[in-house]
Amino acid sequence: MTGGIDYLLHLADNALVLGQRNAEWCGHGPVLEEDIALANVSLDLIGQARLLYQLIARRQGGDATEDTLAYFRDTHEFRNYTLLELPHHGPLSGYAQASLDYGTTIVRNFLYSALMALRWEALENSADAGLAAIAAKSLKEARYHLRHSRDWLVRLGDGTGESHARAQAAVDHLLPYAQEFWADSPAESAAVAAGIGVDVTALKADWDAIVDAALAEATLRRPPSGGYVPEGKLGIHSEHLGYLLAEMQSLARAHPNGVW
Amino acid sequence: MTTALKEWPLWEVFIRSKQGLEHKHCGSLHAADAAQALDMARDVYTRRQEGVSIWVVPSVAITASNPDDKGELFDPAADKIYRHPTFYEIPDEVGHM
Repeated sequence: MTGGIDYLLHLADNALVLGQRNAEWCGHGPVLEEDIALANVSLDLIGQARLLYQLIARRQGGDATEDTLAYFRDTHEFRNYTLLELPHHGPLSGYAQASLDYGTTIVRNFLYSALMALRWEALENSADAGLAAIAAKSLKEARYHLRHSRDWLVRLGDGTGESHARAQAAVDHLLPYAQEFWADSPAESAAVAAGIGVDVTALKADWDAIVDAALAEATLRRPPSGGYVPEGKLGIHSEHLGYLLAEMQSLARAHPNGVW
Repeated sequence: MTTALKEWPLWEVFIRSKQGLEHKHCGSLHAADAAQALDMARDVYTRRQEGVSIWVVPSVAITASNPDDKGELFDPAADKIYRHPTFYEIPDEVGHM
C-alpha cells in the first residue's frame, strides 16, 4: 500500500502548503471582503489536508497522526507541487510582507483549482472508498475556489493597465510551473495502476480549455510552454518551502504534544 | 471620459435561512458589481451555514425614511390599539387565523 500512501501524501501536501501560503493574506487582504474570502479558501484547503492526513495516519498505524504528518516531516518529505510553495510575488521581489501581490495569489489559485475541480471529480470514482469520500467533499470546495479565482483573474486581466500588467506577469511567472502537473511520478503511476488515482494527463485537455477560455476573457496571453519542469512532487523543492515549513512547524516542534 | 470610482459601491445583503420563508437583511459590503457582491456575501455572511439563498441590492437603490420624521410618521399609531385584532371574538368555525 506504500504507493497509495505516497499518492495521498501528494494530495494532502498540496492542500496544506497552498492553505498555509494563502493564510499569509489573513489580516492583510486588499479589502475586508477578500480577506475573508481568502481565509475561507485556506480553511477549505487545510480541512482537505486534515482529512487526507487522518486517512494516511489510520493506514500507517503506529504513532502517526495528522499532526506528525503535517509538523514533523521535513522539506524533502513533502510531495506538493513546487507551484504551491512559491511566495505571493514574482521571481525577483523580496520577502517583505509589502511585496505580497494579489495577482500572483489569484493566478496560482486559478491554475491549481482548475486542476483540482477536474481531479477531485475523477477521484470520486477512486477504488479507495476513503479517498472517494474526501474527493466528493473537496470537489464542491474546489469548484468554488475556481469560481472565485477565475472571476478575479478576469477582473484583473481586463481591468486597469496596472492590474493587467501584474496579472500578465503572474501568468508568465507561474504557468511554466504548472507543467509539473503532467509530469510522471512513481506515486501517481502506482496509484493509477491500482485504480486509486486518476491519470492527470487525461485531464490536460479539459484543463487547457478552462485556462485558455479564462485567459482570453481576461485579455491575457498564454506564454509558450517548455523549459524547466519542477519536481516538488518527487520531494525536490524550491528554496521557498523550507521557510514556509519553518513558520508553520515551529510552534508544534517547540511544544511537542502540546494541546489547546 | 468617465471618472473611475475610488471605492466600490455599497450593497445590502439579504439572506434566507434554511427554515426561513423570507430573506432577511443581515448587513452590507463593498463590491465592484452585483455578481461579485453575491460571491462576497457568500464568503462574508454564510460561513456558519446562515443561509440557502442570497439577495444583494445596491444600497443607493434604497429610499429610507428620515429619522427626523419619526414623530409624525410613527407616533400617531401608538394610541390606536384598536388596530390590533385583539378586541374580537373569533368564532371557532374560523379555525386558525
